[in-house]
Amino acid sequence: MSMLLDTLSWVLLTLGGLSVLVGGIGALRMPDLYTRMHAASVTDSLGAILVLGGIMLQAGWSLATIKLIAILLFLLLTSPTSSNALASAALLAGTRPFAEAGQDEEAPK
Amino acid sequence: MIVIFGIFLLTLLVITAVAIVRTDNLFVAVMLMGIASLLIAANFFLLDAADVALTEAAVGAGISTVLFLGALALTSERERAKSSNRLLSFIVVAAAALILIYATFDKPRFGDPEAPVQTHVAPWYLEKTPEYIDIPNVVTAVLGSFRGYDTLGEVFVVFTAGIGVLFLLSGGKATGAVPEDKINEGLRHHLIPRVVGRVLIPFILLFGLYVQFHGEYGPGGGFQAGAIIAAAIILFALLEGEKRALSVLPERVLLGLMACGPLLYGAVGLAGILLGGNFLDYSVLSSDPVKGQQLGILLIEAGVGITVTGVLLAIFHAFAARGR
Amino acid sequence: MELLGLYNYWVFAVLLMIGFYAVVAKRNLVKKLIGLSLFQSAVFLLYITMGKVEGGTAPIFPEAGAAVFSNPLPQVLILTAIVVGISTTALGLGIVVRVKEEYGSIEEHEIQEIDER
Repeated sequence: MSMLLDTLSWVLLTLGGLSVLVGGIGALRMPDLYTRMHAASVTDSLGAILVLGGIMLQAGWSLATIKLIAILLFLLLTSPTSSNALASAALLAGTRPFAEAGQDEEAPK
Repeated sequence: MIVIFGIFLLTLLVITAVAIVRTDNLFVAVMLMGIASLLIAANFFLLDAADVALTEAAVGAGISTVLFLGALALTSERERAKSSNRLLSFIVVAAAALILIYATFDKPRFGDPEAPVQTHVAPWYLEKTPEYIDIPNVVTAVLGSFRGYDTLGEVFVVFTAGIGVLFLLSGGKATGAVPEDKINEGLRHHLIPRVVGRVLIPFILLFGLYVQFHGEYGPGGGFQAGAIIAAAIILFALLEGEKRALSVLPERVLLGLMACGPLLYGAVGLAGILLGGNFLDYSVLSSDPVKGQQLGILLIEAGVGITVTGVLLAIFHAFAARGR
Repeated sequence: MELLGLYNYWVFAVLLMIGFYAVVAKRNLVKKLIGLSLFQSAVFLLYITMGKVEGGTAPIFPEAGAAVFSNPLPQVLILTAIVVGISTTALGLGIVVRVKEEYGSIEEHEIQEIDER
């Protein structure tokens, strides 16, 4: 049983690491701010769930698991909000999306 | 495995530091500083310094970013000139770095339990804490009780910095760099951050209180709690606008918080004298010396938390309200 | 373990000098403050690295049994130092804001020119 849990948590952690890597590559290679944020959001949501899920399996039924669930809830609530705030701020500052003609490459890296 | 983690984090830290110095957009530099703070906090955790990691994350990645952004809003965002004497500075800096690296080969082996720093006073503190104070967190015990004077001085330093910033930023004319209606409006027209912020702020405050009172049993204490509670109220000020935030916590209250923290700390010290012991001697605060020590540490950590909250909020408002 | 230890000290030296370079060679006042902050962080790294004991844990007594602990004293010192560092940085930023209002610029050479006039 513990062998099964260990294997499962290994799988979850590896998949979480891979999705973080995918998010990072996307944040580097995408053409403009909005698509980069879209790629980075993969890290925030899928990466967080997989990695924290893997750690929760390692922790078993203990106080640490409850704290990890609280952290996961907090991350899932705040990361999309901050992406939204960032996108609104960029829109207000005048950064247009890549697909429009005559885009303004003012986006900070 | 820990070795690989450590090397990875440190290499990322150096790369981030080089990027901070090389970029000429100050906004980017401040954001990268937040990343560097989190990397350093993770590294502290690897080196078994849990309290320090919590403080670095709360203060460095949280409050420091907000203060720098507040200052950047009042000054310019881009660095303009090229640096002066670049080659000479680089040669001097590289020579100094090489000398330091050469000196590190003489240091005791990393983690050696017989190194001079581990055998001098530390075993005494680790041995006597359960006997005199009986709380699990040795760092809080040393900070609050064995080295209480140092912490008193440090609370006064934080207080002085708060007064200094208030003096500096309450005189002179404001540039009007940020128009007043923008400051007072906050993020009112943005629904999602406001709603999520309103849901989160009570929990952040609750967590700050938890960290404050849990400092004796785990990582935590006054400094971290002050930073977390200040961050919650700064979030409120950012979301609802300066005017609303100042009506919730007016400036008089902030000044009162700033002053009451060191006052509480000093009062606990004086209470020690009045009850027959020395200054900052907590053993006389209660009939049982160990309970007295625990009570004393609780009170002074509260004083520290109140000071840090008040000072950080006063500094934030001094920067944020400057456009008027 | 030995490589990690020496690597910690080398990163401290490199970070220290990067921060120092920013203070000395950059002309923008806020950049100098950022460099000073990096310098402080490097010093914190040095102290905490010196306090680590191999096989140790954080200096918090567990529920049961004794364990090997890392040195608590550098941690106490650095805890104080972090908060003092942010206080002085805040004060420095206040000064920079006032300099900008009085001189109109935060570049060092422009401020010197205005002063000499």
